[in-house]
Amino acid sequence: MSATDLIPDGVAAPERPPAAEGASRRAGARRKRRDHLLFLAFAAPNMLLLLLFAYWPVVYNAYLSFTDWDMISATKGFVGLGNYTDLLGDPDFRTTLWTTVLFVVGIVAGGMLLGLLTALLLNQRLRGRNAVRTLVFAPYVLSGAAVGTLWLFIFDPNYGLIHPLLAPIGLAAPAMMTDSHWALSGLVLVYLWKNIGFVAVVYLAGLQGLPKEVYEAAALDGAGAWRRLTRITLPLLSPVTFFLLVTSVISTFQAFDVIAVMTGGGPGTSTSILSWFIYDQGFRAFDAGRASAAAMIMFVVLLLMTAVQARFLERKVHYQ
Amino acid sequence: MTVTMADTAARPPRRPGRAKRLGLYALLVLVAVVAAGPLYWLVSSALKTNPEIYRYPPRWVPTDLRWANFKDAWDAAPFGRFFINSAVVALAGTAIEVCTALMCAYAFVFLPFPGKKWLFLFLLGAMMVPGHVTLLPNFLTIARLGWVNTYPGLIVPGLGSVFGTFLLRQHMMTLPMEVMDAARIDGAGHLRTLFRVVLPMSRPMVITVSIVTMVTKWNDFIWPLIVTNSTDMRTLPVGLLFLKNQETYTNWGAILAGTVMVIVPVLVVFFIAQRYIIAGLTQGAGK
Repeated sequence: MSATDLIPDGVAAPERPPAAEGASRRAGARRKRRDHLLFLAFAAPNMLLLLLFAYWPVVYNAYLSFTDWDMISATKGFVGLGNYTDLLGDPDFRTTLWTTVLFVVGIVAGGMLLGLLTALLLNQRLRGRNAVRTLVFAPYVLSGAAVGTLWLFIFDPNYGLIHPLLAPIGLAAPAMMTDSHWALSGLVLVYLWKNIGFVAVVYLAGLQGLPKEVYEAAALDGAGAWRRLTRITLPLLSPVTFFLLVTSVISTFQAFDVIAVMTGGGPGTSTSILSWFIYDQGFRAFDAGRASAAAMIMFVVLLLMTAVQARFLERKVHYQ
Repeated sequence: MTVTMADTAARPPRRPGRAKRLGLYALLVLVAVVAAGPLYWLVSSALKTNPEIYRYPPRWVPTDLRWANFKDAWDAAPFGRFFINSAVVALAGTAIEVCTALMCAYAFVFLPFPGKKWLFLFLLGAMMVPGHVTLLPNFLTIARLGWVNTYPGLIVPGLGSVFGTFLLRQHMMTLPMEVMDAARIDGAGHLRTLFRVVLPMSRPMVITVSIVTMVTKWNDFIWPLIVTNSTDMRTLPVGLLFLKNQETYTNWGAILAGTVMVIVPVLVVFFIAQRYIIAGLTQGAGK
């Protein structure tokens, strides 16, 4: 049944029957109250879920971050900012922050660049580009646990693909995931493989929305390909770039599944980024206070980053 | 190598040189191989015998297919059970979430309420909360409810919908008001209007939201990892982690077969409904 079936042909919406002033106002008030109640009834399930499982956790997490608790004892000791000062004085945590920065920068910068190049390629009139677009996007929808397992196999020093691929060009294969010098790069590679399709598809949509006339004018002026790219395409794409930057940073900070499967934060602490650290402290060391404090630090960092980026957007980014 | 619409649309109709086109096609093939190669390697290796998996140099096409890897994986871990758990979490979770999101979006578009704008900001604000901040408190809530190792424990905390509600609301705002009025005059209540009028008119958007929600729930890893500790309540991704740890690289055939079982349902859904998935996941990019 389509909605238009409900409207008889050629009949305009009938007008409301005129009624006595007072009666209609009373009826109106009653209907208004009923509509308010209906609003509550319709919106409440979703809003209550968000209140209970998104907002309340922030408050409770903030409270836990001021306590010392092993998640078993009945009482929680209040330690004020103790967990925060502990964390910031802990060399392991500082390593974690630094690792997180490397990890996020590697994935976001690499992903944006490679994604943009892929989008520029896919924007050419080439046969089969739609099929390639689908293939490139596919890894993005796959379970990180499965992707991590697959790449462990590919990176396996004995049976994997690294050795056979590197041997012909005379390079020795590193033990990617068990060598602390390589493990973080290995993770970055896997996340790049998984995420580039998303960046490429968003950029491609942006490219296809660009006004043709500007390019025609530029071509008449004799602007070369490089000039058109840097003077027209990239500036016009800056809102897309901004969107991708924000979403990539936020999601990369919370990357977890591939890490859990491939390295578990190791070897040593070489791939322990903030998201792993929070899980490790909370659900393996049962140190609720430290885990919550680390989670609050992540929360604040992401909020600040969004705020800074929003300011940047207001001032610098070109709007169409 | 920039956007060359000018090359084709504007005059003079300069044909890109043959060499350039060949180069572009080579790049296109390279991109396709990098994207799909690992997936091909996964599926082909999952069908190899162990000697062939461990063979050097690797054989790109398996000589004789060993389907028994799937049986090995199935025997090493209750994959049937994992599959059911994943399906329940993804399907039931999506059905409930899309329903609540639909009703919520409908209320925000078609029903009056004082301070509605602020309530909507409250809804959007939930998007700013990183999942890692909610992990511990939500686990404690679920534990207090006695829901550890249960379907409600797996499903309920993920039911709140911001993105879906937002998309559905944006869509409903474009529906012609007259149709709603007509339905009202025909005596349809709001619930009836929602499911008989608005829902059919919003089909593409509802499909998009449902599929994206389902894929997200199917792939979810950290929450099922935390809220289940018995083997029979694990979902596929979590079960795969434990299979991998248990087999510790000795039986790659079985591990890879398990991996195939996790990704194939999503890949199938993706190739059928990629239009909806890409549209849903990339929403909000344009503005």
